[in-house]
Amino acid sequence: MTHNKQGDDGFVSPEQSLQVYRAMQAGLSRRQALKMLGAAGIVAAGSGMWPGLSRGWAAQAQPEPKRGGRIRMAAHSSSSSESLDPAKGSTAIDYVRAYTFYNGLTRFNEQLEPQPALAETFESSDNGDRWVFTLRPEVTFHDGKSLTPQDVIYSIMRHKDPGVGSKVLSMVEQIGSIKALDDRRIEFNLTSPNIELPSILAISHLVIVPDGTTDFSKGIGTGPFKCQEFSPGVRSVAVRNESYWREGYPHLDAIEMVGISDESARVNALLSGDVQMINNLTGRNADRIKQGDGHRVKATNSGNYTDLIMRVDQQPGSRPEFVEAMKYLFDREQIKHVALRGYGEIANDQPIAPSSPYYFDGLPQREYDPERAAALLKKAGVSGARVPIVVSPAANYSEEMGQLLQQSAAQAGLNINLNRVPGDGYWSNHWMKHPLGFGNINARPTANILLSQFFASKAPWNESGWKNEQFDQLLVASRSEPDVAKRKQMYADMQTMIHNESGIGIPVFLSDVEGYDARIGGMDQTIPLGSFMGYMCAENIWWNA
Amino acid sequence: MRNTMPKLVLGRLSSSLLTLFLVSLVIFAITSLLPGDTAQQILGQFATPEQVAALRVELGLDQPALLRYWHWLSGFATGDLGMSASNGMAVSQLMNDRLPNSLLLAAITTAISVPVALLMGLVAAMRRGGNVDRVLNIVTLSMVAVPEFLVATIAVLIFAVHLGWLPALSYVSTVDNLGDFVRIYAMPVLTLCCVLIAQMARMTRAALIDQLDSAYIEMARLKGVPPMRRVLRHALPNAVGPIANAVALSLSYLLGGVIIVETIFNYPGIASLMVDAVSNRDLALVQACAMLFCGAYLILVMVADLCAILSNPRLRNR
Repeated sequence: MTHNKQGDDGFVSPEQSLQVYRAMQAGLSRRQALKMLGAAGIVAAGSGMWPGLSRGWAAQAQPEPKRGGRIRMAAHSSSSSESLDPAKGSTAIDYVRAYTFYNGLTRFNEQLEPQPALAETFESSDNGDRWVFTLRPEVTFHDGKSLTPQDVIYSIMRHKDPGVGSKVLSMVEQIGSIKALDDRRIEFNLTSPNIELPSILAISHLVIVPDGTTDFSKGIGTGPFKCQEFSPGVRSVAVRNESYWREGYPHLDAIEMVGISDESARVNALLSGDVQMINNLTGRNADRIKQGDGHRVKATNSGNYTDLIMRVDQQPGSRPEFVEAMKYLFDREQIKHVALRGYGEIANDQPIAPSSPYYFDGLPQREYDPERAAALLKKAGVSGARVPIVVSPAANYSEEMGQLLQQSAAQAGLNINLNRVPGDGYWSNHWMKHPLGFGNINARPTANILLSQFFASKAPWNESGWKNEQFDQLLVASRSEPDVAKRKQMYADMQTMIHNESGIGIPVFLSDVEGYDARIGGMDQTIPLGSFMGYMCAENIWWNA
Repeated sequence: MRNTMPKLVLGRLSSSLLTLFLVSLVIFAITSLLPGDTAQQILGQFATPEQVAALRVELGLDQPALLRYWHWLSGFATGDLGMSASNGMAVSQLMNDRLPNSLLLAAITTAISVPVALLMGLVAAMRRGGNVDRVLNIVTLSMVAVPEFLVATIAVLIFAVHLGWLPALSYVSTVDNLGDFVRIYAMPVLTLCCVLIAQMARMTRAALIDQLDSAYIEMARLKGVPPMRRVLRHALPNAVGPIANAVALSLSYLLGGVIIVETIFNYPGIASLMVDAVSNRDLALVQACAMLFCGAYLILVMVADLCAILSNPRLRNR
């Protein structure tokens, strides 16, 4: 198979795909729904259904990007542990900086398909075992050095050194070796075939740095902006890279990035005009921002979820009826409207979000059904029992979800004790260590990464300890299946298995809610991987003033 | 007669060193008790045990705790504050970036709050029981009672969001002229002053009234000394001791205790650096900040004691 694409003029925009998704939920088939897009009426009919999105696409058809301007953006977390080393990226501001100062070999488009970036073309001759990437000619780093295959080899292979402290060591382990074929072509040899390697290489940790870099404080990359100033936990200033390889980009002259950890301080800064873009809003503040004319709110479902973990290797999760009953006890509508104030999407106990190309829409939605749950609990022999569930502020909204679950469980004759633990140290001391607890999983760039990291039997973060051989075989086979339709079927089967058997209950997907100044252009683009346009907003937005 | 002063200062300094040493031991012990270590904090939620183990070796966390403490202590004694484990920068560099901000904020706040507080305390004491005293009493009491985050948040809502006069965030780096400077520091300083003035004014009033009630003031009054002179020349020098101590305690708060103000105004000061350091389990940075706060506190208290001694002829000449 060969990928040789230039640019991305996707035929279905994300707003449109949402329309299709909504229409299909209303009972239409995908084909019928797509047809409807041709008829102009649906756009008008649909506006207002989606908080924040509606105004964006109804108002402007295809606005011209404007060159120039300087904006300041504020991310929700910031600490003196920040680094411009892409391998260490751990929060939104790190990822945005990675895409601001560096480029990957590939990049994601709005459909999350890998597009050429520093690699002009990429192809695999044998279904994903051996890949050849051809570098774009005449790309230079900010310090004037030309991009060579050596830079790529260094940038990727350094993640394998445990001393680097890379966040993506496990993803890079499948890359057996990389070698330069000539001064532009690079060959990747994988330990096991993976059709999705180009997607993996688009993530922010795997961007390309100059060969031999150990001091990352200057942020030297090939990216759209150069680093003028970086002070960890305080701010960074990015100025336009005049010799950027991508014609016509970036639009802005400069971007200043700061972290404001206090949410109301972040909102006040936006409302008073000190910053132009903020992320990580709760529903209450999103509504406050929407009241004014000068600011907008955008909610994106990127597949971030908080899940109930029922260890299937411990009591009571080892009784399948108990696990099933708990899944029926989620009042998903209530969780969405009360806990999330509407900024979420109902999920179906499987982790793949509707924005993913591999989302299986044929899976029947599990509804709130306390009677059925009561019967199942009786069958499991635990009705009337008292079970503890661990909740923590570290797993977003787990306290609210736990409370709602407690109420609905009482109706089914199950007493839930909520055991609140502090957020500090939660992930190393509590996560996956209790029979019943909560976890929080951020968006992963591909469905395969998500399933491999959290559901494969041997995965280190197999949250519920669920083991299924058939699932593992499907997961491995899907990585080397060249036929898209067959691959989709495999993913559909895997989603069904997780929905039915695994010890994970996913009531809702949490939307990434961000607020921005109405003068920022280009915000109708959505890359559903996270806030700030999948962290890639730097080169895609402009300033209308 | 005068050589008691240097002796006292030397004695204080050496006991300060002992205090610092004990504090560093306690901080080290407490930080070690916290769940998780630097390696786990750096790698976050999705760390594999092998990665954590490898990073521990890289950071030297596999060594016994006492050995790590000794490394830190021997470095500290020679002026080397060590490296921050969480981002690989020198601790002195990180502190160097933040400390001037904190000191500047503290200096401005001190320059405004101390004179205002002393004046308020003085006036209240002189007009004890009168309307002025009552009004000042109510004002200072309500300033003490209202938490600073409320003052700060309301100030931001009024002056930044609704009126748009002042920026909601305080950046030291965007200062171009005096106007900017005033705009940026107005709200943080206002908030801090609210807290400090109230405390200091009340202590000043109490200390002065204590003196005004004494027999020698009564005597001065009977001899016909005018009220102003009575307070400034006779009562105030005797009240300097307690007032200086109240001021020192309030000011020591300006370095480490301003975390709420730093958070709300996003002011890059030293207190938030220490909070980050604790949540990252960054021992060298935690220790350096703790030593700084503790040292500043000890020095302030010492200066306050010196003021008390110098202002009091009986102590001075002993």
